[in-house]
Amino acid sequence: MYWEQEKECISRDDLAQLQLERLQSTLYRVATHVPFYRKKFKDLAISPEDISSLDDLSKLPFTTKQDLRDNYPYGLFAVPLREVVRIHASSGTTGQATVVGYTHNDIKNWSSLVARVLTGAGVTKDDVVQIAFGYGMFTGGFGLHYGAEAVGASVIPMSSGNTKRQLQIMEDFRTTALVCTPSYALLLADIMEEKGIDINALSLKYGLFGGEPWSEAMRNEIQNKLNIIATDNYGLSEVMGPGVAGECQERNGLHINEDHFLVEVINPDTLEPVAPGEIGEIVITTLTKEAFPVIRYRTRDLSRLLSESCPCGRTLTRMQRVMGRTDDMLIIKGVNVYPSQIEEVLFEIEGVKPHYQIVVERDGRLDKITVLVEVSEVIFFDQMKKQREMIELIKKRMATELGIGVGVKLVEEKSLERSEGKAKRIVDKRQL
Amino acid sequence: MLKIKNLEAGYGKLRVLKKISLHVDPGEIVTLIGANGAGKTTLLSTITGLIRSCGGEIVLKGENITRTPAEKIVGKGCSLVPEGRQVFATMTVRENLVLGGYVQHARGNKKFRDYLEHIYELFPVLKERWDQLAGTLSGGEQQMLAMGRALMARPSLIMLDEPSTGLAPLVVKAIFGVIRRMREEGNTVLLIEQNAKAALGVADRGYVIETGKIILQGPSEDLLANKDVQRAYLGRDVE
Repeated sequence: MYWEQEKECISRDDLAQLQLERLQSTLYRVATHVPFYRKKFKDLAISPEDISSLDDLSKLPFTTKQDLRDNYPYGLFAVPLREVVRIHASSGTTGQATVVGYTHNDIKNWSSLVARVLTGAGVTKDDVVQIAFGYGMFTGGFGLHYGAEAVGASVIPMSSGNTKRQLQIMEDFRTTALVCTPSYALLLADIMEEKGIDINALSLKYGLFGGEPWSEAMRNEIQNKLNIIATDNYGLSEVMGPGVAGECQERNGLHINEDHFLVEVINPDTLEPVAPGEIGEIVITTLTKEAFPVIRYRTRDLSRLLSESCPCGRTLTRMQRVMGRTDDMLIIKGVNVYPSQIEEVLFEIEGVKPHYQIVVERDGRLDKITVLVEVSEVIFFDQMKKQREMIELIKKRMATELGIGVGVKLVEEKSLERSEGKAKRIVDKRQL
Repeated sequence: MLKIKNLEAGYGKLRVLKKISLHVDPGEIVTLIGANGAGKTTLLSTITGLIRSCGGEIVLKGENITRTPAEKIVGKGCSLVPEGRQVFATMTVRENLVLGGYVQHARGNKKFRDYLEHIYELFPVLKERWDQLAGTLSGGEQQMLAMGRALMARPSLIMLDEPSTGLAPLVVKAIFGVIRRMREEGNTVLLIEQNAKAALGVADRGYVIETGKIILQGPSEDLLANKDVQRAYLGRDVE
């Protein structure tokens, strides 16, 4: 099932032509309307006319989160405010919020790109979509909302939080598709289990999750517990919001909406492109945004591009699920460690609950990490021997997977803070 | 159908087209809108080989025609309806049409008569006046003759340069009706226009050219909704 087949299955040759055309006019527009880019181009002594191919992209300057902050609130808008019909702000996961705007056309494109993601995940006009992303300034709620409406589904704008009510609505309104963060989906599953709600009595079929990195193991857990097809989708407010990329039902990487976004993968230290297929930082250039175009925006999200073709028939390149953020990447004893790797190990161990926290401390001159893991009541209270065995097992698996030793502490069920939005996985206690 | 990448062209030292990239897919009507002097006609002249490009490439049906001389372009399946009609005033309507189809005729195409009949069906007024000198036709009729003449070559791509110029609103409406019908019959059209509203009304997609650069593009409805387009080309006062 496709939403815009002629675009989702476009030939790579036609796509390259379309991308070049759109890149060139985007560059002319930012050079004319955004003083920030005009100055950056001038400093690098380049002009939009120097860009004759997609390979020339690397000549262009990067845009960073700091640039967005420095131009707070409207400095990077490419149209006058009176043409802006919507303003959102980043969720502020990492510091001061940044502001983005949308024209009428931007909202229209956004809706149809999210509609592609929803359609790819299996959602049709017959579905009842419960959106448990926060509404308001965060782009997640409205982005999915408009996309689901475009598809023609029945949309329940629940917003995040109020878990008890979420479940009530899910039962009563016969929700078929759940939209939220993966960690919140697990929380919902746990509470259902606790309350003895029978999953099979629910109408749930699909789950579309995004907003934070998660692992394949976590997907399996969600799929099993909720008896749904769980797909990943990706986006960020600085670029548009949800709808940048999304998984089809093959569940093997997210198709990037390349006719609207040019994606590069760079080494975050050298800023050079990585070899094809290697992991690096995702960098995005918007090709159709009117109000808030960005050139080579450094997302700080880590992923890699998958070059193999997808059985679903879409020709749009896939990116692997985001492994983490460059800011979340921990360098422990010279080894790069991503929270998602730790999660992967934990999920494979029986008796471990899908809730954990990674505590980073500085011990003398060395960083060390301790993983706090929730375990089931039985293990926590009764069996010291079993506890010791489990700690040893986790440590051993971690050492194999990560290549470094980590501390492990078992904690009581539900003792770690639960999140209704993005989960807080890392507690950094270092005084740097 | 047509793919243009980084096309540069000009007159003497004056560079008019600055890395133009655009494409037209089979069966589409694509319009290029822009003010006087933006480079619209220069682009058409470069595609048809009347002006030699100084950079970039033009690919028609997979074949690079950047260096193809003007007289061979029609044979490749690309016809132009020039600005200001430019019919042969001292020849009859029928002679003009026959001349337009000479590429097909020269190939010994037996269906030549059918083509002529088809043009008469598309433009009944040309049938009525088949024996009249083209110079005696009204502006609108001359425009139809110029379009019919281009269609006689059975082009894969037909390019129209400002077909609405100097015509009464009702005649413009009729001309655009024919353009719509041309698409229904499977023709691919590149339409150059100053009359942005009429052009975007009939086209699937559009490009906006300003001082030799494509600054905007997209589905026609998006361009019609774009405030810059409304201000600059639709004469709408945007509050």
